[in-house]
Amino acid sequence: MSESISAAPAPEVAATGLPVGPATATGPRKRNDFLYYGLRNKKLVFGLSLELVLVLVAVIGPMLAKYPPMEITPFPLQHPGSKFWLGTDLTGYDLYSQLTSGLRTSYLVGALGAGCAALVGMALGFIAGWRGGLLDELLQLLTNIIVMIPSLVLLVVIGGYLSSKSILFEGVFIGLTTWPWVARAVRAQTFSLRSREYVDLARLSGKRPVWIVVREIAPNMASYLFLVVILLFGSSMLLAASYDFLGLGPSNTASLGWTLNQAQQSAALNYHLWWWFIPPGAVLTLMVFALLIANVGLDEVFNPKLREQ
Amino acid sequence: MRRYLTRKIFTYLLAFFVGVTIDWGIPHLMPGDPIQGLVSRFNVGSSAAYSALYTQFAKSFGLDVPLWQQYLNFWKGVLTGDMGGSIYAPGATVTSLIFSALPYTLALLVPSILLSYVLGNRLGAAAARRKYLDNSVLPFGYLLQAMPYPWLALVIAYLFGPVWHLFPIAYGYDQGLVPHFDWAFISSLLYHWFLPFLTVFLVSLGGWAIGMRNLVIYELENDSSRYLRALGASERVVRGYAYRNASLPQLSGLALALGVVIGGNIVTEIVFNYPGLGNLIFKAISNQDFFLLQGIFIFVVFGVLIANFIIDLVFIAVDPRTRLSMQGAAA
Repeated sequence: MSESISAAPAPEVAATGLPVGPATATGPRKRNDFLYYGLRNKKLVFGLSLELVLVLVAVIGPMLAKYPPMEITPFPLQHPGSKFWLGTDLTGYDLYSQLTSGLRTSYLVGALGAGCAALVGMALGFIAGWRGGLLDELLQLLTNIIVMIPSLVLLVVIGGYLSSKSILFEGVFIGLTTWPWVARAVRAQTFSLRSREYVDLARLSGKRPVWIVVREIAPNMASYLFLVVILLFGSSMLLAASYDFLGLGPSNTASLGWTLNQAQQSAALNYHLWWWFIPPGAVLTLMVFALLIANVGLDEVFNPKLREQ
Repeated sequence: MRRYLTRKIFTYLLAFFVGVTIDWGIPHLMPGDPIQGLVSRFNVGSSAAYSALYTQFAKSFGLDVPLWQQYLNFWKGVLTGDMGGSIYAPGATVTSLIFSALPYTLALLVPSILLSYVLGNRLGAAAARRKYLDNSVLPFGYLLQAMPYPWLALVIAYLFGPVWHLFPIAYGYDQGLVPHFDWAFISSLLYHWFLPFLTVFLVSLGGWAIGMRNLVIYELENDSSRYLRALGASERVVRGYAYRNASLPQLSGLALALGVVIGGNIVTEIVFNYPGLGNLIFKAISNQDFFLLQGIFIFVVFGVLIANFIIDLVFIAVDPRTRLSMQGAAA
């Protein structure tokens, strides 16, 4: 019996609390609505296309490189040109190769960081918001403490003892220090959603809490959560750049921050080797910028109040 | 209000406890032995001399007693401000190194945080729902927010230094001067301070402007604003109230942003070789000075807690509801 009920309404149908009959009709139309407004939203289209181009560069770019990113070529200090598209540095690293591989690293770390933060933050946020009471108090205390411990300095202290680090380590570290942002958002939303009628209904019909959270509560904040995670994705990439710049990033891996670190240590500024340090940061700025603009666009698509400007 | 403050202070004390425990625990959990690294600097030949030197160092750093004793001693050191000696600068204590770097870091952090917060909020509030201003402030704000600290610092240093020759791009003051309370030294300080300040200021500015813009738009759509307008209040008055309401979430955002700004400040100091805590961290990393790193960590945690507490006090002053809000968890 419970199987047939759970199978019938689609998540967003149950969310709107509409009766089953008309709801099946609004389900697909609502999705088209998002598509309709999404394609007509200049910010979203601009941000998304820019991000897509950069992702393509990250995927295809390293394949076109003539040298591996961490291989020293016998041509140091080449200006950007036909042989080396972005020039080479003082040691002879191919900067085009480093840039495109660095893009890959940035996306990987960003995705790992945001993914980890989303997982931990959602789990703790749902638990805190759903259960409330003492557990909520304890989780909030934990959240507040994590927020107040400066992650960069913590990584410095940990990093001092690790001889080698991987992309996975950096991503997971970022995720484990930034999840409070997700947890706060999820907790607050869960708190306000859990006393809605359709949640009470689900509870009365004997659904388990996990089922209610996954099927009734989560879909209602999916769009909002999506925006939070996108922002985290961008800030994870920025954080990673700072870590890499301090030499705390993945060892023996090309990353944008590491290229900046090398340029800084070799006094590239004073020798006017601008092609060494301008492109990596400019590309990272574009990556995050595109994300932020797409995020504003998405916000307008999801949120009709912002749409009618 | 007392309840609110007691809760906050309890959280801070607990956070400090956790911070100190993590700081103490990491070296004991991590692989690697700082003493070994230290001994290897002395290039001892025989293993007898090595072990003698090793026990000597272990003893002088207090590592020859049981773990729980070490933990208590660590707390004693933290509370009395005695964090031991530094490896990278022999003879100097960790505390003295930190205190000589601290003024530079504070001189960067405090003005850049306050100024970017105030200006960013004003800018964002002005841009909200005003088409022309919004179309320039919004993309510009996002661009600033998207910039990685190390890169912005490098670009600013490059433009103002080697390209335009306007400002010095390294050190806290002219290295030919002796620190002294006179105009030549102070002007040199200010001259060297400007670029790192500008970097930290600019990155934060964008975030505050955008946050404020979004909040003011939200407030202007609110029923309270509609009611005010219906009463015939001028747009200026409506915006004034919207601004006041919107500054509360921004204020709590300030507490949350502290960690990120401190991280950015550290990176910026390293680019400009500015003699603050960030630079000290860099020296400590490159010289494997773990005791110094531990000391700086405790200090930064302490600083963040103090700043949070100050923001709490400001909150009480600005928003009388704070006193009630913590009592009943009314959602």
